[in-house]
Amino acid sequence: MAAVTETLETVQGLAQSGYKFGFETAIEMDLAPKGLNEDTIRLISARKGEPEWLLDWRLAAFAAWRKMEEPHWARVWHAPIDYQDIHYYAAPKAKPGPKSLDEVDPELLAMYEKLGIPLKERAILAGVEGGASNVAVDAVFDSVSVATTFRATLAKAGVIFCPISEAVREHPDLVRKYLGTVVPVADNFFAALNSAVFTDGSFVYIPPGVRCPMELSTYFRINARNTGQFERTLIIADAGSHVSYLEGCTAPQRDENQLHAAVVELVAFDDAQIKYSTVQNWYPGDANGRGGIYNFVTKRGACRGARSKISWTQVETGSAITWKYPSCVLEGDESVGEFYSVAVTNNRQQADTGTKMIHLGRNTRSTIVSKGISAGRSDNTYRGLVRIGSRAAGARNHTQCDSLLIGEHCGAHTVPYIESRNPHAKVEHEATTSKIAEDQLFYCRSRGLTEEDAVGLIVNGFCKDVLKELPMEFAVEAQKLLAVSLEGSVG
Amino acid sequence: MLEIKGLAASIAGKPILRGIDLVVPSGEVHAIMGPNGSGKSTLSYVLAGREDYEVTAGTATFEGADLLAMAPEERAAAGVFLAFQAPIELPGVGNANFLRTALNAVRRARGESELDAVQFLKLARAEAKRLAMPEDMLKRNVNVGFSGGEKKRNEVLQMALLRPRLAILDETDSGLDIDALKIVADGVNALRRPEFSALVITHHQRLLDHLVPDRVHVLAGGRIVCSGGPELAHELEARGYAAITAEAA
Ligand SMILES: Nc1ncnc2c1ncn2[C@@H]1O[C@H](COP(=O)(O)OP(=O)(O)OP(=O)(O)O)[C@@H](O)[C@H]1O
Ligand SMILES: [Mg+2]
Repeated sequence: MAAVTETLETVQGLAQSGYKFGFETAIEMDLAPKGLNEDTIRLISARKGEPEWLLDWRLAAFAAWRKMEEPHWARVWHAPIDYQDIHYYAAPKAKPGPKSLDEVDPELLAMYEKLGIPLKERAILAGVEGGASNVAVDAVFDSVSVATTFRATLAKAGVIFCPISEAVREHPDLVRKYLGTVVPVADNFFAALNSAVFTDGSFVYIPPGVRCPMELSTYFRINARNTGQFERTLIIADAGSHVSYLEGCTAPQRDENQLHAAVVELVAFDDAQIKYSTVQNWYPGDANGRGGIYNFVTKRGACRGARSKISWTQVETGSAITWKYPSCVLEGDESVGEFYSVAVTNNRQQADTGTKMIHLGRNTRSTIVSKGISAGRSDNTYRGLVRIGSRAAGARNHTQCDSLLIGEHCGAHTVPYIESRNPHAKVEHEATTSKIAEDQLFYCRSRGLTEEDAVGLIVNGFCKDVLKELPMEFAVEAQKLLAVSLEGSVG
Repeated sequence: MLEIKGLAASIAGKPILRGIDLVVPSGEVHAIMGPNGSGKSTLSYVLAGREDYEVTAGTATFEGADLLAMAPEERAAAGVFLAFQAPIELPGVGNANFLRTALNAVRRARGESELDAVQFLKLARAEAKRLAMPEDMLKRNVNVGFSGGEKKRNEVLQMALLRPRLAILDETDSGLDIDALKIVADGVNALRRPEFSALVITHHQRLLDHLVPDRVHVLAGGRIVCSGGPELAHELEARGYAAITAEAA
């Protein structure tokens, strides 16, 4: 699936939502004041025309959330979040955006340029007012046919790929059957919040035996405006099916909403495989850490069927705070969980990320490869749990956890938790910490590489085992992104 | 050509080079010999642009341009190449990838077209073969787990690919077996032409048998204390630095 098509597809989606907002803005502004209570949730549900069961589900989540406390065990620090000071429903343009590119942070623009993002897209990413509609209108002309082909191909294969709000209307039985079965509403504080107030996200269903004919992507370069803070994704791979899903984008995305709490649920049945790849580059804030996104995500996959496989690959370079542990619950015998992660922190960024591999079935296997890169005054923590249940005879885990430090003022921490209730399981953990040395950079530069290229080369070498898991076109962009994210971090 | 005048440099506030005067005309190969710790590697680092060395006095020009004002990568693009005394390991970075990135960076800066992976591999394999390097060294990570001699050969491979106009070889012969020594010398000789010059730092006369220098300089205590023709190297080998430097003082 070519990146171009995906971008166009997105542009078109944006155009449509732009029109939709055109009708609804006035009402929404009246109806979605700041704050969270049952009325807010009823309002969200009503605005989306949801069935009764979903409203009840949301209210149950809200009731649970009210009894919960914001977790503080992660190695991150932030000022208290006032949950009553947030708009929970589509409050478009809560703050006026910049009027033109001239008003946008020049550093952000410079980064767009380095990543090779077309001029038109830069305006949208930077949240320039009116930028979206201009581009969307332009793009609709040449993208309609491409997008239609894209949909037709999926439909022919029987694949359902649509916004989750649409799935609630069109495929209510599927949604009701699986929603909240992997991440229960009361799983954790942020998941409960998301369950109460999620506004949209993606829904995917792959029928038995079907190999999804293309990479499914929210590779929405242009989703800065419509992703929403509380995104909900549900992917179901029926027996023997395969799907590869790409989320996120390499371009730095700004959002006026500081708090993001997404939930992603994956379900894989017998012999099914789900590959979920993420490139996360939310705005990290300025060099002093002001204004960045807080990204508190719950991602979990259930390998329900025998020999099923779920593979998470993530490249995390953005956000002021990242709190994220994509996990696998290996229920089916011989099921496989994988977690490949690169987490970069620079300046004042904080990342506490890792995974949980819960081995329940026999001969289940999991692989964890985590590469943490810290620069500036940032803090980067790997936190990983490997749990072997009593029934999981023959279970195996291998964890490789490497940290790379750039400069003198950053931190890298590794916090592995291993719990085994079965003596016939094998768990291996390896960890290394290294530094980019001055003489390595000089060596590269004396061969003609710029410092930026040299850091890129060394960092990409360090991350190779993870980057090779990304779909090709994503991998190339991710490589560039790593170099750009770390620019100026040396010397 | 390389022209160094009154060059003084220190590291961590400690003066190492104390006024070097040296001219290497185009087409010539000059050897630098001298006791351990006399500042030979320091001179090579300063010429290549290592930032932790502070130049406190003097100038260095290369083909008329102010070398000391250029970033290390600009010097590389201009044609300066340093074969390190102790080549650096780059874990995770494939040697072929590194060489191609370097070659293309230099070619780009010189206004030449970049080589694609196929063109590059063909070239690199041919050069590696000339240097009798096993091909798997291109696949391995840069200098990681290389033997001492393999590291040195890898430096010469880089030199052969980057085709410098000024090659500075810092004890590239140390740690090489007899055959490798000849191969390395042949590698430098192959680059010899009127617009190429080399500064060869060595402790051993043997390299200079294969790589006959136009001039030999003795560096001691951060200064060039005496210079002469190829015969000076023989004399040093026979009588030692102490006698020669004492005479020169
Ligand atoms: N980082 C440093 N801090 C302090 N002194 C240093 C540092 N680096 C080098 N020196 C000193 O500078 C002096 C010159 O070192 P240099 O490596 O140039 O010697 P050399 O002539 O190349 O010696 P050799 O023949 O052993 O290679 C030595 O006394 C060395 O200890
Ligand atoms: Mg030396």
